[in-house]
Amino acid sequence: MSTATTIADSTPQLRRNLTTARLPKWAPAGVALLSIGLGCAVGAGAGLASHLQWGIIAAALFVVLSYALSARVEGRRQAKDRLATAVVWVAFILAVVPLVALTFYTVQQGLEVLDGNFLTHSMKNVISSGPGGGIYHALIGTLEQVLLATLIAAPIGLLTAVYLVEYGRGRLAKWVTFFVDVMTGVPSIVAGLFILSLWNIMLGFDYSGFSGSLALAILMMPVVVRSTEEMLKLVPNELREASYALGVPKWKTILRIVLPTAIGGITTGVMLAVARITGETAPVMMLVFGADAINGDPFNGPQQSLPLYIWQQYSMVNNDFGYARAWGAALVLIFFVMGLNLVARGIARWRSPKGGR
Amino acid sequence: MAKRIDVSGLSAYYGATRAIEDISMTIEPRSVTAFIGPSGCGKSTFLRTLNRMHEVIPGARVEGKVMLDDENLYASNVDPVAVRRSVGMVFQRPNPFPTMSIYDNVVAGLKLAGVRKKAVLDGVVEKSLKGANLWNEVKDRLNKPGAGLSGGQQQRLCIARAIAVEPQVLLMDEPCSALDPISTLAIEDLIGELKSQYTIVIVTHNMQQAARVSDRTAFFNLAGVGQPGKLIELDDTQRIFSNPSVQATEDYISGRFG
Amino acid sequence: MTSSPPAAARGRARRSRSDSRLGDSIFFNLSRGSGILLLVIMAAIAGFLAYRSGIALSKDEGNFLTTFEWNPDAPKPVFGIAVLAFGTIVSALIAMVIAVPVAVGIALFISHYAPRRIAQPFAYLVDLLAAVPSIVYGLWGVLFLVPHMDGLTAWMDQYLGWTYVFDQTQAGVTPRNLFTVGILLAIMVLPIITAVSREVFRQVPRMHEEAALALGATRWEMIRTAVLPFGRPGIISASMLGLGRALGETIAVAIVLSANSVLSLHVLDPGGGTFAQNIALKFNEAQPFGRDALMASGLVLFVITLLVNGAARLIIARRKEYSGANA
Repeated sequence: MSTATTIADSTPQLRRNLTTARLPKWAPAGVALLSIGLGCAVGAGAGLASHLQWGIIAAALFVVLSYALSARVEGRRQAKDRLATAVVWVAFILAVVPLVALTFYTVQQGLEVLDGNFLTHSMKNVISSGPGGGIYHALIGTLEQVLLATLIAAPIGLLTAVYLVEYGRGRLAKWVTFFVDVMTGVPSIVAGLFILSLWNIMLGFDYSGFSGSLALAILMMPVVVRSTEEMLKLVPNELREASYALGVPKWKTILRIVLPTAIGGITTGVMLAVARITGETAPVMMLVFGADAINGDPFNGPQQSLPLYIWQQYSMVNNDFGYARAWGAALVLIFFVMGLNLVARGIARWRSPKGGR
Repeated sequence: MAKRIDVSGLSAYYGATRAIEDISMTIEPRSVTAFIGPSGCGKSTFLRTLNRMHEVIPGARVEGKVMLDDENLYASNVDPVAVRRSVGMVFQRPNPFPTMSIYDNVVAGLKLAGVRKKAVLDGVVEKSLKGANLWNEVKDRLNKPGAGLSGGQQQRLCIARAIAVEPQVLLMDEPCSALDPISTLAIEDLIGELKSQYTIVIVTHNMQQAARVSDRTAFFNLAGVGQPGKLIELDDTQRIFSNPSVQATEDYISGRFG
Repeated sequence: MTSSPPAAARGRARRSRSDSRLGDSIFFNLSRGSGILLLVIMAAIAGFLAYRSGIALSKDEGNFLTTFEWNPDAPKPVFGIAVLAFGTIVSALIAMVIAVPVAVGIALFISHYAPRRIAQPFAYLVDLLAAVPSIVYGLWGVLFLVPHMDGLTAWMDQYLGWTYVFDQTQAGVTPRNLFTVGILLAIMVLPIITAVSREVFRQVPRMHEEAALALGATRWEMIRTAVLPFGRPGIISASMLGLGRALGETIAVAIVLSANSVLSLHVLDPGGGTFAQNIALKFNEAQPFGRDALMASGLVLFVITLLVNGAARLIIARRKEYSGANA
């Protein structure tokens, strides 16, 4: 008991007064403005060319000033809290800057070439070091390759997920679960290498859109399994039991009750997976080869695809006309992928399974 | 070190909804005050306004005054963090920090306040755990995780954690509702011992508990669903349970509603 | 079925029962077959790469692990992964050092700091950022980021040059170096690390946060005592998922880095290479044997990412709760 009376007295941190000196509410905003001002002043004064440096100076000033000011007025604990808040806000700004820069720059550059002609013409008979030409052949190729990959990967992925959730017990299911997870991390270039050595080198098939699709399917499968699995798990067990109680066999229960209940989420997952493989460049680069002319047959001969087109326009043409076409294609690709994402998330919100967790 | 609480004209809001309306009361030091009332009457909300925990919920705000002796907790220059250091709180579900040992749980508040000396901390751990009637059960496993204790022990650990920072007031939000009868009894005994040092406010759904542990009882009620909760009356526990001055209190206590 | 139903109904019941048994077994085998097919594909990937690598390694005149240059199609094939392994690991490490703290900060911003009106749309935006194809990042990286890195690179050389690592030995060259690649990779893996960490932070039980606040913790102290310890495994596995992506990233690195076979600790000097980038760039001009050699390097990358991802998944799996079906 003797320690009891002394702790509060001996440790100033436990002092009892409730009122402390506090910075006014507008202090953080004020410090932020001051830091930005100082950052610009120092940047301009020192003649630093890159605005990146101005920003870094301002951010560092903001963090340091917030801490110093608070430590002086409010004490160390409050100062640490302010420091953390400042750092978190700086992290937020750090994330916004590349996001805005990327979006803005792509749209700005892409809109310069994006017109009806660009969307409806191929690169056939276009001198690539000059202006003109378009992405029609790449659009066709990408759509066909992604469609084929989805046709392969979606059923397999779906069935695997059904197996894992509805049947999966024991060793096999554990192995499948683990390797699906591992498969999510297979680098796309490795998937491309695998199809190349199996399909093209060993089995002797030629470059084609389809061999690209095979590699894309490998990348897509685990994503579909994962998301479908999550969705099936959200279907409440009561629904299954109610169906069994009516004497409906398991497979019919799965087909008629479980899958329809989860169909919104499953669709979302598949669309997100499609969005992801649409942008894959590496496997397409090895397997589709890239062509300047329209080739509507994904099973015969080289095709083109949007990501590959961007790569070729950048690396092989390598002048302003090539860059411009690359930006145009990049903008179309982003539109496509973002569109898929937005629609998929819309579906998810609209048809999310009720109940569950 | 116990202090008197004087509430006047206090209303609390969640966004645009008013949860409690115009409450005024005095809570005596070194005594146990129980809050009773039907679900949704705002007694827990009111409790949380007494250590400014109400406002940690997004969109929640408070109007009115809460005087702790002669300081208004809602004055503009008061730091809510300092308030919570002076007014401790024990929650409905035992919530020891899952990643910390029993020892670290008890000294969590002191460590936040910057107390580092091992001798001081050791002393506080023993004193607080003894104060919470838990010392004999855990003294040999202070370095084991607090989550490994039984529910009742966890709740007493949380009480030890709350009294380790030597608050002036101890708020308890249905501290026994998640516990079995034996653990409940242990906590109730503990409350009886703690009131010699602290001002204790306890919210409870269990009227027998209110009658057993408290010196004074406040009855809260609401006019209807969606209406704000109000204080109906506050009196000595014995009077509330034997001869309340308001009819609604008697109806509630005799089990006619709620 | 204790009473005796009419014969027709009995027949129908039997038929539907055998139907259902047949249907069940077809459906079961179909779904199990898909699962097995996935395992077969994984095994095949490992097997094929190992087989082709074996062919390549048996003819390598240099030491595969320590050789710098990559000349598998020379009369005397000499190739090694020293530069590639170094570049892959260094660029991924730079990315992690930048991305993990920032991502944790963003995740905290969304879960605990931002006003709710900002938090939700912003979380959404970060998720969308994850969907931007890497080729677009690459293009943006080389045409926008690289020119903007000039000033920063010079600065680091000026003030941090004494660290040796940030010493720029070739002045005035375009900063298409491992450091820029690391920054680009950091931007690319930010969304995934943020998304996973954010979900973990959101799952922190409210009662633990309130316990800390009721003890008189400031917001930061609450995060330190309640949120971060709870979220640590989540942050670790999120980082490893991000690391897996950074290690395997191909096209963005291929565009931004000006590759050569020099192993240098000066990360601000252009040069070096990564596994994936080397495969992408050398592939089209490689002879059949050169391709085998590239596959050997692909196998190394495969094994590394497999280990990293496997570790991440194990950490996640240890704390996953069961939900819904088959509980």
